[in-house]
Amino acid sequence: MWIKGGRILDPATNIDALGDVYVEGEKITGIYPGGRSTEDEDIIDAAGLLVIPGLIDMHAHLRDPGFEYKEDIYTGSLAAAAGGITTVIAMANTEPVNDSPAVTEYIMGKAKDVGLVRILPVGAATKGQRGKELAEMGLMKAEGIVGISDDGAPIEDAFMLRKVLEYAATFGLRVISHPEDKSLSGSGVMNEGALSTRLGLLGIPKAAEEVMVARDVIVSEFTRIPIHITHISTKESMDIVKRAKGKGLPISCDVTPHHLLLTEQKVSSYDTNAKMYPPLREEIDRAFLIKGIKESIIDVIATDHAPHARDEKDLDFDLAPFGVIGLQTLLPAIIKLHLENDIDLMKILSCVTINPARILGIEGGTISPGSRADITIVDPNAVWTFTEDMIKSKSKNSPFIGNTFKGKVVYTIINGRIVYQEG
Amino acid sequence: MIWAHKDLIGIQDLGKDDIENIFDVATSFKEISTREIKKIPPLRGKTVVLLFYEPSTRTRMSFEIAAKRLSADTIALSASGSSFEKGETILDAARNIMAMAPDCIVIRYPYAGSPKLLARALPCSIINAGDGFHEHPTQALLDIYSMREHFGYIDGLNVLIVGDIMHSRVARSNVYGLKKFGANVTLVAPKTLLPLGTDEWGVDVCTEFDSVIPDADVIMMVRIQKERMQQRFFSDEREYAFFYGLDKSRVEQMKEGAIIMHPGPLNRGVEITYDATESARSVILNQVENGLAIRMALLYLFLGGGKRVD
Repeated sequence: MWIKGGRILDPATNIDALGDVYVEGEKITGIYPGGRSTEDEDIIDAAGLLVIPGLIDMHAHLRDPGFEYKEDIYTGSLAAAAGGITTVIAMANTEPVNDSPAVTEYIMGKAKDVGLVRILPVGAATKGQRGKELAEMGLMKAEGIVGISDDGAPIEDAFMLRKVLEYAATFGLRVISHPEDKSLSGSGVMNEGALSTRLGLLGIPKAAEEVMVARDVIVSEFTRIPIHITHISTKESMDIVKRAKGKGLPISCDVTPHHLLLTEQKVSSYDTNAKMYPPLREEIDRAFLIKGIKESIIDVIATDHAPHARDEKDLDFDLAPFGVIGLQTLLPAIIKLHLENDIDLMKILSCVTINPARILGIEGGTISPGSRADITIVDPNAVWTFTEDMIKSKSKNSPFIGNTFKGKVVYTIINGRIVYQEG
Repeated sequence: MIWAHKDLIGIQDLGKDDIENIFDVATSFKEISTREIKKIPPLRGKTVVLLFYEPSTRTRMSFEIAAKRLSADTIALSASGSSFEKGETILDAARNIMAMAPDCIVIRYPYAGSPKLLARALPCSIINAGDGFHEHPTQALLDIYSMREHFGYIDGLNVLIVGDIMHSRVARSNVYGLKKFGANVTLVAPKTLLPLGTDEWGVDVCTEFDSVIPDADVIMMVRIQKERMQQRFFSDEREYAFFYGLDKSRVEQMKEGAIIMHPGPLNRGVEITYDATESARSVILNQVENGLAIRMALLYLFLGGGKRVD
């Protein structure tokens, strides 16, 4: 298959050129800046379109097994494909928790049966994500996990964290840490500050995140084992990571599209689709996160796709669960950030392609000869409004419903096969 | 005079003129409660639903009596014994109640913001009778009304609000209202019970109660809940009372003409002692009396009576 005449953008190889891509079977076999194809069969005309590596979402909750009423591997795959995401890193907080090879095998098997996007599970760090005993990381790796995380049940005990890092490193797995000191976040439901006081909602202080970012960095430095810190959201967290990177420590981090595009003001109407952890922060934090991408302090942009059923979200703000969906708005958000904040397109694309691939040590995230034929084709000029009926996920809890975006996924190709085509 | 509001969610949403209007109507209604036949007809045929999802004596009774004195029909529902206990959400409950076409829902609710959601979803008037830590507008209106009744003005009054400011909707609503009328407000509490962001309110914050008593015109005590101790907001009742309780010796430090207020219910011996509630400075029972007039005024204005007032 030829993808003809598109603007090929590949951060991994630093190619930004008009040209053709040749896909043979499941692999990309040729990149031809300037163009080469003379065929007119089995082609995708990409004139005026961007041809980019299929996106890798490093942090998503697919809810399967156990919470299939929120999302399952099939609907999550549909949403990812529609969002130009070809690889989804699935978090372990399912029911049962993905803390054993049997659960990993189930997820891998179902993903294969669905056969749309590549789903790579994360294994729990500790059994049941309870922070007490190490999970069977090695056996899970044999079944296909690509990372380790207790995510929303963060490891409180610093000795446990040390052992998790050491044990994960034994099997060549990267630990993804959700930075939250639960004693400080308490019963808070939004960012703590003047606005939470005015709204009468209990606050989650920025410090609840920052003390754990600092701890993670220190334990990582001490053990000399890399750690990836997920969804950081404050200026101070950024500064801690920046200092760590300045010292040459193997720290990486990600940020979500909603923390890059929204602030706590979104909570003013008690909209439960603005409730997530970490909470939406202030404009100053948002500005620093954007700066963090420009300065390569932030490595990855990941959705933290967290589906919750309408019945669950349609509650009092205090009672509604934390989390928002994001698979279908990742790419539009990336383009919006590029256009509105003067972030180099190549740089921001690296945050959803080659950077997560390198951090987790997985293939993909690049368009280059010999690589997986995971390709997303985007119309950069299409202006469209994201409406609820477009959502492929079972759950509709997006804070971006009603937003207008520029840039739309036209094709999603996985392993050389078109799994999504617009319209 | 035209009353333009559909709902009363918070003092934050009211202008000074609105509050003046409410006060004027309240004053005209005060006399009704002194009559032998304590009932006038303006809300005849109107239905007021009292949805109380949290325990309440004063506020609920005050609304109920207010509605009845204006000839409205009232139906009171509390959380216990209602479908709330069976897990029905507030929006579902309200939609069902709405099908019975009430004119007004007065709601007391444990979570912030939900009255606002109801107001957006339902066509009838919603009056917030306290939501979580957000607002308790009718309490603040009756408090400010009581202060004005006593002093004749609010501008320049030194008002102390003492106690668990962090978890107090009464304190918040009073701050918003008092600032609109030019009072000097000082919040007094240990730092553990002061929320962030009070600097945006234009108030002073003080941790030493004794240092600010002599200049105060009004000392408003807010309730301290015992469970805050387990939640580690203060050490124990003895120490709390020692530093922040209003007792006889502190009452004696108050300047001439200064008054004591408390929204109730009282935690005697903790934030306030018998000597303080029974002193001549206490206007606690006047607050309750004025509460009735304020709530009559609100029901009258929100249920359409306001459109007929010149």
